[in-house]
Amino acid sequence: MKKLIGLGLTYAIVQILIMTNAITGYLQATLVTICINIILAVSLNLITGFTGQFSLGHAGFMSIGAYVCALITMRVPTVYGFILGVLLGALAAALVGCLVGLPTLRLRGDYLAIATLGMSEIIRIIFLNMEITNGAAGLNGIPQFVNWTWLFTFTVGTVLVISNFIKSAHGRACISIREDEIAAEAMGINTIKYKVVSFTIGAFCAGIAGALYASYFYFLKPDLFGFLKSVDVLVIVVLGGLGSISGSILAAILLALISSYLQSFPEIRMILYSLTLIAIMIFRPQGLMGSKEISLSVFSKWASGLKSKRGRV
Amino acid sequence: MLEINNIDVHYGVIHALKGVSLKVNEGEIVVLIGANGAGKTTTLRTISGLKMPTGGTVLLNGADITNMSAQQRVKMGLSHVPEGRRIFAGLTVLENLELGAYLRRDKHEISKDLDMVYQRFPILRERRRQMAGTLSGGEQQMLAIGRALMSRPNILFLDEPSMGLAPLLVQEIFNIIQDINKAGTTVLLVEQNANMALQIADRAYVMETGSIVISGTGSELMKSDDIKKAYLGG
Ligand SMILES: Nc1ncnc2c1ncn2[C@@H]1O[C@H](COP(=O)(O)OP(=O)(O)OP(=O)(O)O)[C@@H](O)[C@H]1O
Ligand SMILES: [Mg+2]
Repeated sequence: MKKLIGLGLTYAIVQILIMTNAITGYLQATLVTICINIILAVSLNLITGFTGQFSLGHAGFMSIGAYVCALITMRVPTVYGFILGVLLGALAAALVGCLVGLPTLRLRGDYLAIATLGMSEIIRIIFLNMEITNGAAGLNGIPQFVNWTWLFTFTVGTVLVISNFIKSAHGRACISIREDEIAAEAMGINTIKYKVVSFTIGAFCAGIAGALYASYFYFLKPDLFGFLKSVDVLVIVVLGGLGSISGSILAAILLALISSYLQSFPEIRMILYSLTLIAIMIFRPQGLMGSKEISLSVFSKWASGLKSKRGRV
Repeated sequence: MLEINNIDVHYGVIHALKGVSLKVNEGEIVVLIGANGAGKTTTLRTISGLKMPTGGTVLLNGADITNMSAQQRVKMGLSHVPEGRRIFAGLTVLENLELGAYLRRDKHEISKDLDMVYQRFPILRERRRQMAGTLSGGEQQMLAIGRALMSRPNILFLDEPSMGLAPLLVQEIFNIIQDINKAGTTVLLVEQNANMALQIADRAYVMETGSIVISGTGSELMKSDDIKKAYLGG
């Protein structure tokens, strides 16, 4: 219930700020980036942080969602076209995720990372060479349907779906694979199935993120979805904490704020950004949240801890 | 109850098991001993479906389960405590035990079994909220056994449960294995600690480089000179 109120308030406050033009232009783009990165990071966390499968293919899934949604909304430029585009984009990404996952998820660790990296590059090259995606020049003038309401809905939806999945028996099975695959198998857990399921759900959500990207920034080219994009997402996940949803959310927000703040130092922006990352990893090697979650009970414990400390002084 | 006939297993070109046959009757404790690399772990992994054989058959109560998945075999009452414990280190003791009952849906019976495990291993109840990775070696072994019991097995496979434990604790683990057996679970035990294992064995097999070389009752093997020389330290 408290959560519901919190979510409602967040939505309302931002909506009011947008309507009163307090959040405009650049700030609004940052907001969109944050939401998209939350979706990307939380879904990659499901694959890498919870199921323990090291994937470098998230940009590939994102690009599928982006192109499918773009192509559909350019032909059906209505809100229904947009919804259809998001859905089909996510489904297409999930389908590719499932097809790629079936053979590659038998691989372990670094081999899987290389296989998913390869897949992502193949997808990029396919988009680069297709007529319908307009090759390297990319797609321009994609109708813009994404507003705060859509962003909020999809972001909250993704986070809720994934965190409920993790809390379910299925999620427990995924976590046990991360902890010890052989023991999980000995417990009778179908490890291949759960790896593919988590990979497919992750790909589906990355597809949603891509679709939202296409529809807000109304311009796409294959280069946007290179290797570095996958690394960006991985950085958010590791920084927030492998196996912590709230960590991913926190890190997505923090990194977007840091990088937008650093815009004022264009020459040394990337250096400062990297230094910040290094510093965080030195002081919090397990990520901001480790594998813990922020919950309201943590806050109340924290608050009562503060009170009792004050009491003693 | 369990029977394997002429099992061959290959890891790539390595021929790890060469026509292994053995039998476990209901209610027995059967021990499998042998030197490092003899193929004991591979035998257990083949029986519980973690490794597919290249030849031979696995029979459970007369039914051919050679091609069944590990999952189906757990459902049929086989449970495996793997070599090196392999507990889920980042999860709590309770979560580990719950995962042992992963395939079961009978919530009420699961909580009964949880009580049974806690009764057998009171330390696990005390530590139920603790991360399994922070348990001591002996406690981790108890957790691994407790977790395997949570599937309510008819037959339990234990792969070197005494590995790395102090003598006193080894004795305790062996007592527990006997208790579990008396409570009605058939046991197939792989051990390096041949002396103690043979003492609790109804029957035993000795493996050497992928084949069974000797078999007999526990007391027969303890008297055998060959065994004394090779495994019991003279
Ligand atoms: N995953 C694997 N890949 C390749 N070879 C393997 C693998 N697992 C086992 N082997 C080989 O198979 C043979 C039997 O190994 P196994 O682990 O079954 O022996 P063991 O009797 O359990 O030994 P120990 O007492 O040391 O545990 C060994 O030669 C080993 O090198
Ligand atoms: Mg072994």
